[in-house]
Amino acid sequence: MIQYTIRRVLLAIPVVFAILIVTFALARAIPGDPCKAILGEKATAESCERFTREFGLDKPVYEQFIIYMSKVFQGDLGDSIRFGRPVLTILQERLPTTIELGMSAMLIAVVIGIPAGILSAVRRNSWIDVTTMIGANIGVSLPVFFLGLLLIYIFAVVLKDTPLSLPPSGRLSPGVTPIPFYEVYNLSAEAGSWRLLFYDFLAKHYIFNSLITFDWPVLWDASKHLILPAIALSTIPMSILARMTRSSMLEVLGLDYMRTARAKGLTERTVIFRHALRNALLPVVTVAGLQLAAILGGAVLTETIFGLAGVGLSVYEAITSRDFPIIQGFVIVIALIYVTFNLLVDLSYAVLDPRIRLD
Amino acid sequence: MANVVELPKDRIAQEESQSLWRITIRRLMRQRSALFGLSILSVLVIVALFAPVIAPYDPTEVLIGKEDVKKRSAPCIHLLGCPEDQPQHIMGTDGNVRDVFSRIVFGARISLQIGLIVVVIASTSGIVLGSIAGYAGGWVDNLIMRLMDIVLAFPFFLLAIALVFVLGPSLNNAMLAIAVISMPTYARVVRSTVLSIREMDYVEASRALGASDWDILFKRILPNAMPPLIVLATLGIATAILDTAALSFLGLGAQEPMAEWGTMLGRERNQIFSAPHLVLIPGIMISITVLAFNLLGDGLRDALDPRLVHNQ
Repeated sequence: MIQYTIRRVLLAIPVVFAILIVTFALARAIPGDPCKAILGEKATAESCERFTREFGLDKPVYEQFIIYMSKVFQGDLGDSIRFGRPVLTILQERLPTTIELGMSAMLIAVVIGIPAGILSAVRRNSWIDVTTMIGANIGVSLPVFFLGLLLIYIFAVVLKDTPLSLPPSGRLSPGVTPIPFYEVYNLSAEAGSWRLLFYDFLAKHYIFNSLITFDWPVLWDASKHLILPAIALSTIPMSILARMTRSSMLEVLGLDYMRTARAKGLTERTVIFRHALRNALLPVVTVAGLQLAAILGGAVLTETIFGLAGVGLSVYEAITSRDFPIIQGFVIVIALIYVTFNLLVDLSYAVLDPRIRLD
Repeated sequence: MANVVELPKDRIAQEESQSLWRITIRRLMRQRSALFGLSILSVLVIVALFAPVIAPYDPTEVLIGKEDVKKRSAPCIHLLGCPEDQPQHIMGTDGNVRDVFSRIVFGARISLQIGLIVVVIASTSGIVLGSIAGYAGGWVDNLIMRLMDIVLAFPFFLLAIALVFVLGPSLNNAMLAIAVISMPTYARVVRSTVLSIREMDYVEASRALGASDWDILFKRILPNAMPPLIVLATLGIATAILDTAALSFLGLGAQEPMAEWGTMLGRERNQIFSAPHLVLIPGIMISITVLAFNLLGDGLRDALDPRLVHNQ
């Protein structure tokens, strides 16, 4: 297992390298003066000269790449044109929103998608199966941006002034302010220190923060704001997981050892949950990992529609204001998150299935 | 004597190769969901072909000053009790006082074209790269497939956004970006087929008979990759329409005044509270179109599955 882990981690290094090459190439592919393209149209000759020196634009391409790479590894992703602040700071502020949204979407997808798939396979051709599969087909066909707006229409327009009404945008209602956990528990950290930045990053996960500080009103308000975007974002992964689980389960249910298990006189429950499910869920784990791509991409659309100030909304705002450093920095960070996540999925897969390790 | 034996064998072979496709079609016709998808598509294709006849207005015509109609007015259908003295707009008008129904009708044309063009570009380049990689092997294979891996290392939609951002927002660039990003899937399927078929005895036999590499690749090996490619391409059209519409929604794809469904929805998304028809109608159209291709693709997958053909 250790050997497999090392090999798999080593394999991820060229991928990280490739991500940096692509993002580097993207910056050079913008037509026109690279300084104007990266610093914005309003860049002065002075700042352009400094930029050229700093990034070695007058040096050969490979040297430029080395400069670029060393900057990225030092956490320097450049400054946003629009905000005039480091991209990394903006990420630190905005990532929690996206993490909370993405995790709740993934949770909904897994908690509903996988059991629905199991049930469809076990009760094949029943009305449950038919309904689930029709639902899954519609689910993968609904554009995230349309579903989001549709949910707003239903819960904030049609059901307005009913107990089922839900807020159409934002993370919290006006007037609701979460108290960061480090203030509640008097955890000392110097202003501007890394520790405070880290605490602050954690505290910006409002649901997490309100849970550990037992702040129920904020928890309730934050959850109410999160539910619609999370549903919109979860639909496609949920549908894919349901279909994948169903077909994987059907395949396993047709194998000989299932007949053996039944012939031994085991109850149907044991046969399905102890014998079939373990093997059927293996491919589902990989698919679930890949769904993170759908969630990270869909976050741009969901956050734009629901006005959630996360990474996705920043990408949208950067598109409209032609803020290249934001796009570049966010693509790097999100691609790295994606690679790391898939690495973890692969490793967990090897834990679950010994055959992978021996390969 | 030899001729007598040969002829029937030849005919049997011919009949079998025909009936494989016939079985596929017969199996497809037996699936209600695939038929449903196919019928939606037929309607959409007819609408797209006869768009100028069906649409009462030009899709980009601004009606202000020409008719007594306000911007973002709700649907008005005379048969359903809308006063006769008001001009009929069965799907209402949009923020620039254009007839939404005409825009939706012409939008069918644009969406179907988007789907087809993206898939043609993605699949042809994927097939070419996959064949070269699988057939040549060695460092060529390594180079091509590692490039494909790089594309797959990014979250799909985010890379598309970055590409279009750099290339400049336009429908063509959006389509190109989606095509580039969906290419690796085709390349992988073709490569694995080529690899598994390349060493088979009948390919060896063709080579011994003096067939060129070109002939072996295109006549002996690639036909084996057709069934999965057909399925991939059909589902690929669905994804292409969905993702291009999403890019247009963000302002990166089709630009005003083009009657593209994603752009129409994106432009009017804030009207969900005041004029919901401007959001709901294009959204439903995109969903239905994508659903139709998904249903057809799934049906084709089941119909083309060789494991099931033998059970017939």
